[in-house]
Amino acid sequence: MADLVSHPDEVKVVSKRFGQGAADIDRYLALDGYKAVQKALEMTPDAIIGEIKTSGLRGRGGAGFPTGMKWSFVPKDSPKAKYILCNGDESEPGTCKDRLILEHDPHAVIEGVMIAGLAVNAQSGYIYIRGEYRYLSIIMQKAIRDAYAKGFLGKNIFGSGKSFDVYWHGGAGAYEVGEESALMESLEGKRGVPRIKPPFPAVVGLWGSPTVINNVETLASAPHILLDGAQRFADYGTPKNGGVRLFCLSGHVNKPGVYELPLGYSLKKMIYEVGGGIPGGKKIKAVVPGGSSTPVLTADEIDIAMDFDGVAKAGSMLGSGGVVVIDDSTCMVRFAQYIMKFYQHESCGWCIPCREGTDWLKKTLDRFHAGGGIRKDIDNIQYLAENMMGRTFCPLGDAAAMPTISIVKKFRKEFEDHLEGKPCPFDPVGSARQQLLPVLSH
Amino acid sequence: MSDVNITVDGKKVTAPAGTLLIEACKTSGVEVPAFCYYPGLSLQGACRMCMVKIEKMPKLQTACTTVINEGMNVTTAGEEVEQARKSMVELLLGNHPLDCPVCDAGGECELQDMTFSYGAAESKYMESKNHKEEQQWSPVVFFDRPRCILCYRCVRVCDEAMDVAALGIQNRGSGSVIAPNMGDHLDCEECGMCIDICPVGALTSGAYRYKTRPWEMTHTGTACAHCADGCKTTLGVRRSETGMEIVRGDNRDKSGPNGDFLCVKGRYAFDFANHTDRLTQPLIRRDGKLVPVTWEEALTFAGQKLAAIRDEHGGASVGVIGSNRTTNEENYLLQKFARVALGTNNVDHVRTADFPAFAAALAGKPGATASVREVLTAPAILVIGNDPTEQHPLLAYQIRNNVRLNKARLYVVNSQSIKLRRQATLFAQIPQGGEGTFASYLAGDDQSAPSASRDEWSALRDQLRKETGLVVAFGSELRGNDIASLAKFALKITGAKLICLADYANSRGAADMGLYPDLLPGYVPLAKGSKFRDAWGSLPDAAGLTLPGMLDAAKNRKLKALFVVGANPVARMKMLDAEGLANTFLVVQDIFLSETAALADVVFPAASAYEKAGTFTNTYGDLQLVKKAAEITGTKSDFEIIVRLAERMGFDVRKLVTFGTGTRADMGQSRGVQSGEADRNAVWLEAQNLEPKLSPFDPAAAFDEIQALVPGYQVSRLNLMAGNDQPTQLDLNGVGAIGDPSLIQPANNGLFSSGSLGRYSKTLNTVIENKNPQSSEVAAN
Repeated sequence: MADLVSHPDEVKVVSKRFGQGAADIDRYLALDGYKAVQKALEMTPDAIIGEIKTSGLRGRGGAGFPTGMKWSFVPKDSPKAKYILCNGDESEPGTCKDRLILEHDPHAVIEGVMIAGLAVNAQSGYIYIRGEYRYLSIIMQKAIRDAYAKGFLGKNIFGSGKSFDVYWHGGAGAYEVGEESALMESLEGKRGVPRIKPPFPAVVGLWGSPTVINNVETLASAPHILLDGAQRFADYGTPKNGGVRLFCLSGHVNKPGVYELPLGYSLKKMIYEVGGGIPGGKKIKAVVPGGSSTPVLTADEIDIAMDFDGVAKAGSMLGSGGVVVIDDSTCMVRFAQYIMKFYQHESCGWCIPCREGTDWLKKTLDRFHAGGGIRKDIDNIQYLAENMMGRTFCPLGDAAAMPTISIVKKFRKEFEDHLEGKPCPFDPVGSARQQLLPVLSH
Repeated sequence: MSDVNITVDGKKVTAPAGTLLIEACKTSGVEVPAFCYYPGLSLQGACRMCMVKIEKMPKLQTACTTVINEGMNVTTAGEEVEQARKSMVELLLGNHPLDCPVCDAGGECELQDMTFSYGAAESKYMESKNHKEEQQWSPVVFFDRPRCILCYRCVRVCDEAMDVAALGIQNRGSGSVIAPNMGDHLDCEECGMCIDICPVGALTSGAYRYKTRPWEMTHTGTACAHCADGCKTTLGVRRSETGMEIVRGDNRDKSGPNGDFLCVKGRYAFDFANHTDRLTQPLIRRDGKLVPVTWEEALTFAGQKLAAIRDEHGGASVGVIGSNRTTNEENYLLQKFARVALGTNNVDHVRTADFPAFAAALAGKPGATASVREVLTAPAILVIGNDPTEQHPLLAYQIRNNVRLNKARLYVVNSQSIKLRRQATLFAQIPQGGEGTFASYLAGDDQSAPSASRDEWSALRDQLRKETGLVVAFGSELRGNDIASLAKFALKITGAKLICLADYANSRGAADMGLYPDLLPGYVPLAKGSKFRDAWGSLPDAAGLTLPGMLDAAKNRKLKALFVVGANPVARMKMLDAEGLANTFLVVQDIFLSETAALADVVFPAASAYEKAGTFTNTYGDLQLVKKAAEITGTKSDFEIIVRLAERMGFDVRKLVTFGTGTRADMGQSRGVQSGEADRNAVWLEAQNLEPKLSPFDPAAAFDEIQALVPGYQVSRLNLMAGNDQPTQLDLNGVGAIGDPSLIQPANNGLFSSGSLGRYSKTLNTVIENKNPQSSEVAAN
């Protein structure tokens, strides 16, 4: 269980009920629970989608796709069953927000799934929870059971004559399954590998049926939007970047944790004021703004607004909201190696550039950091990453390539400092312990 | 479907809506490279080789997953595309062992070709490659993991096209590996499609591994010698000490009726031809023992003896048994030899399906038979009896893929729950032996349905009546009048076509060529044989003895001589007591010393179907060329042996084979730079009938006569000579006959058996032993 943090600048919307015992259904009801879905039951599907569009809500999983628009893509006249799929396969390094929602406010997720269901005329929803989050799936199972017991789920919900079922499903431990189509494959009981797109899930999704697939935080935002007003939610943030979001502040900061801040909040302020600055009086070397797959920013690049467009302007992505601060005592080669170890391990193996590219990048970075690098390697690492970029089957390849390219470009000197058998300048003792491969000269 | 206009590299291309970009590019002559894309299999998008630039798209797109849109502007060249391809090849080669010098696929490898066309010479990595030891998954399938590029073609072909799904993926990322269904080995139909479809040398054939380099072989595309489906197999042949040896069978020539398909027999079971038990010298019985003699001695002895018996006891004292596995020309020649040279209608073969009844049912009904190609496109198929997966693998493949790709409706009527049931819209399980009853029911005999099945049969019959273009395939369970009943029902359905399933490579040809005591070639009854009598000069009037009749007559000492060509009636008719043939002069032509040959007075070593030329007719009536691939020193084709025997009998061979006079045209070099031209000239001359048949041993001379006399065989000669299968027309044939159903003796070979050829195939035997280790132990004991 994670400790909760807070800061006066926070605008608590999704995190409003954190620490309030809302996993208990009666407590949740006392905190305005299940009111939004009752409101939605009296609205037309178009009206619900209209509210979500007005709120400016964009996907909180990483890609930032406008949620209302996504819902509106579901074909109204399709005779097939429609499904809502909640993506709780939170696996992006540096990201830990969905787990708090699932732990502290599981009913909000159920309610969000139901609202999405009413918006697209679906009658069932699935909440897919990362395999490693086993304790959260136990909480979710209880929440679903309690909701059924109260008659909120099942047939004739809230006496409306409508039916809605919610199921949970556990993952088996693959980062790849966070990708929506791979998640659907996994849910269908197959290998977690992505599908060819188009068709997109809104048209051909789970079991070939139209499916809305949203992140936990996105769906958990929906009840608040309906209850508190879409415009109010939109006004928290900046134009086109409505609302607040949970930022997962980690790394070299004094007060790491999950903070709910308005979109457009200054990154610099987030690090120095909300996060309480860098421990030990050290300086910032780099910041990962949105989870490990986003390009790193240097200390000079952090004076930006943390919304989708602001971070994009700085050449990176807001991603999943995982802000990782790296101080100046950190070796960036080691950091690149660390990231690549993750992606090499998590590549599903479907397509060549990701499968082979991550493997060779990891092998090369391992040798490089251990002091076995040659000058040609630096260009080669960049070349490999650039040739993965945009050419892989799914975004995992990009996720591995983007940080690597940015690190080589922005911290090339650190790579050069490792050349010619030199030990890592940031950890001479530690790197000497690693097995040193023979130095090759070219 | 409406057409869509796109631009590829500045060229305007029009293709039907729904076409994949990679296919549209192909039609405009632009090659877009791909490993994982394979027409007819599900899309993969995994190899990323086919990336092209599409206007208004920010990133490169895979041409194999993109459906063309009106106005799409595509660029398949340029720096960005070329760099993408180059880097993919570099990544693939990173972990590839580059053991091309010892790899089976070296020289015919798509990765080599792609590297040559699109790759770079620079090696970017210095870490060690991921390596795993090679694995043997079955007697015929080996897997070299490091060579695998993970295109998943094998996984898909096994699952989608074969409905076996014996291959899958284990692990993930760079540890991903193709794995067999039983952990360390395969349990499958051993079709080897995974090997054929593998673009590299990852999956290799146990029968071919490390035997030769591809460029040391010559390749001959010929009809398979095993079952009656008539697949085209490509035989790789290499010089050996015994002549020309077949070292590989595969399916790189996709022009056959089998398209992409080839089963375990067509691919591996060519090895009977190289078996050390092959007869390579004529044998004569002396002092009770068969001893090797020269060809001249054996021919003279047999010829004179046969002539003497004919002269002394009359033609009716001689019997002739032909083969399901000799060519049409040989079968035609054999029955003509019997009727004209020996003066007897005692001609028969081991019948594996009732073709005379089939011909009787369809005489004068044009277009009522289906070629095996048509099974892939028919809107609906009914299969009564038989188990195509086991007995007719190509038929099963065509049906399966028609259902998969075209959503054809399949109706299966069988006493067993056969595998094709998985594709069936409706499956009716009938009692053992109930096929005939079912045919009667279809024809309108409502009382024949068992009461428990009445509703089911009625629903099925109603459903079938609603179909158009229904193809009806039936096994040898249906004979005589049952075939007539079935045809009566089927021919009321618009566009319906029928298929009669027999067992062996030229079973249909043996029937078509008149290896019957009462029917002439083309199922013409003896009484209506004036055309043949005129052409041949003579023809005995009385119907001859059937095969069991001949064996009985031999036992009763009425049959003085028996000439058996490529058949083993002793084993097939379970006539195991040697006394039965003790008083009959027995001449046998065979490739092995069969049970029948072992009792013979004279044995001639024959060439197998892979060592001679001619034609086969598959059970669907598709006529195909048999081309000479290999050569075993010491053997002669059955055709040549029969002609030589006739000559030793003092018969004018010109009356047997109408070979001509003339001089051979100079067609240029047969090797070297002009060889292709010479081949084309030869095909054309042969097709136009301008090539003089200077030899009485030229089966083409007999084929001329077949085309002139046998109804239904007037196919396009040019098409046939060019290597295409040509449907014959059963409806033009004679009226056939309804005979004794017990004359039909199906062999019911399974997927891994093939009569005596199968017994001499080491590969098939190893596969069977591997499937069922216990049964082989029992057999050994």
